[in-house]
Amino acid sequence: MPANEFNGFTDYGIGIGLRAPHYDHILTRKPVVDWFEIISENFMIDGGRPLQILDQILEQYKVVQHGVSMYFGSAEKPNREHLRRLKELVKRTKTPWVSDHLCWGSVDGRYTHDLLPMPYTFEAAKITAQKVREVRDFLEVPVAVENVSSYAEFHVSEMTEWEFLNEVVERADCGILLDVNNIYVSSQNHSFDPMTYVNSVPAERVAQIHIAGHSKYRKYILDTHDHPVIDPVWKLYDRAIHRAGHTATLLEWDDSIPSFKEVHDEALKANKFLASSVLATAV
Amino acid sequence: MKLLKLQRTMARVVMQPLTASERMQRKAPDGRPMRSYAARFIKPNDRLTSFERLEIYNRQYWFRLFSSMIEDFPALRSVLGERRFDAMCKAYLVDCPSRSFTLRNLGSKLETWLRKHPKWAGAKQTIAVDIARLEWADIESFDGEAKPALRTEDLAGAAGANLRLQLQPYVRLLDLHYPVDDLLLAVRKDEEDRDFASNAFEERRKRRHVHSMAKLKPGAVFLVIHRIDNSVYFRRVGAEEFAVLSSLRQGKTLGKALDAAFRKSKMPLGERAASVQQWFQNWATLGWFCLPDKKGREFLIGSELTRL
Repeated sequence: MPANEFNGFTDYGIGIGLRAPHYDHILTRKPVVDWFEIISENFMIDGGRPLQILDQILEQYKVVQHGVSMYFGSAEKPNREHLRRLKELVKRTKTPWVSDHLCWGSVDGRYTHDLLPMPYTFEAAKITAQKVREVRDFLEVPVAVENVSSYAEFHVSEMTEWEFLNEVVERADCGILLDVNNIYVSSQNHSFDPMTYVNSVPAERVAQIHIAGHSKYRKYILDTHDHPVIDPVWKLYDRAIHRAGHTATLLEWDDSIPSFKEVHDEALKANKFLASSVLATAV
Repeated sequence: MKLLKLQRTMARVVMQPLTASERMQRKAPDGRPMRSYAARFIKPNDRLTSFERLEIYNRQYWFRLFSSMIEDFPALRSVLGERRFDAMCKAYLVDCPSRSFTLRNLGSKLETWLRKHPKWAGAKQTIAVDIARLEWADIESFDGEAKPALRTEDLAGAAGANLRLQLQPYVRLLDLHYPVDDLLLAVRKDEEDRDFASNAFEERRKRRHVHSMAKLKPGAVFLVIHRIDNSVYFRRVGAEEFAVLSSLRQGKTLGKALDAAFRKSKMPLGERAASVQQWFQNWATLGWFCLPDKKGREFLIGSELTRL
């Protein structure tokens, strides 16, 4: 199940996000890492050092592309320039799949550069799924959509978030990048049981899993990617891999970034859960 | 509410400027109380009102965009001061919201906008425009395209007054009124030191900025922003050299570029040939010229060429 059509039938292990403060360490020490996830938009440029570094990384490591501004849920058409540049990058990295968020962030050509929450309506699911299909057909690689952390809900919603996710991925016939930290954050902000969410996801569509840390405020939790993963999130991860199998896993750490070793060690904690998942499957 | 309408309704508020205390405004863009505007489409929960939930996104939008502008224009911020820079950014982003999928392009219209809105820089308008141009050129040069460099053999039999040479896309040319390149380098040096800064050091650093600003005397600077091994460098050149490069960038022939450069030049006639030769040697060493595209290549080797 883990190697499936939604992740290009790959069997990747545990990766971390490729971030600028770690470039020197990676290029000089060449640490053993299963794979790196890059933020596509950081490399959708014409030249210069970022692409030089990416090419050096590609010589040694497997790379998967993760986007932040395709905005599958925006009501407007995909930006053609964005798609063109993204496809160029896909050819360069040979990423087995691409992922981006199940959210919106632009309207009438204006970009908020944020991951804004979707109204969980059938109309929105239909529009979003159509856009996912268009992007996948243009890029010619599998696409996985990631559930986001959210801080607001809409009156117009007609279903739960996980029902909406299922509706979109079934209509688009695409993969899921299951972010268990985002499930936890949203569950705290909207008072639902995160385990119900994990148990409701179509496991056969999970292409990749994200784990991360967050920041707790008095009345809500923010998805800040600046802390280690907390135990309740590891529990959700454990459940997710028991359902989906040994799935490509990625630790996100984007702010107050510690040393490469600290980030990688945090990611490798996932091994404990992956091992028990393999054992459980064998039994 | 349909998807497009809901997204327009929410985006209007998310992109509306914050108050002076960095909170969401009490009035919605349509003049109605924000509480009722938010309650129309956002659900409250047991801890947060509709207003408070929407405010999280409103604040995140502005914090993210401000942080991007601060990262891209540190020298402009140093010259204007933090408060004025913040106020200017707010006005700029209201007039020129991002229309790109990447934050990299957020400051692309800043120079033009600053020229149209001199009140934000006041007496520092000229220097502010200079810095905005330099900091944007630096971004453009950092990740601009590098085409295959032109080699001597590519020019075999093609030297002539009608030759059109193409500058690398990452090379940027700026004619400035102030030596703001020195200022930007000083600001960057300070930023590098900041990690080790104590409060006292921070105070001294601020004073040093003000001091270096005061020391900046007006004076024409002709600057080429270029790359060596993918690191960006600033290289000052003379007026004639700059004029040749600018004409070539505009697609003029070498003959016309040289004519234009020396038309009003005070450089003694006897020094000109040697200077031009030296410039070309430097440009070739730095790889500033690239192989032209197909159309340009035809011109490069075409029959119109006449020997110098």
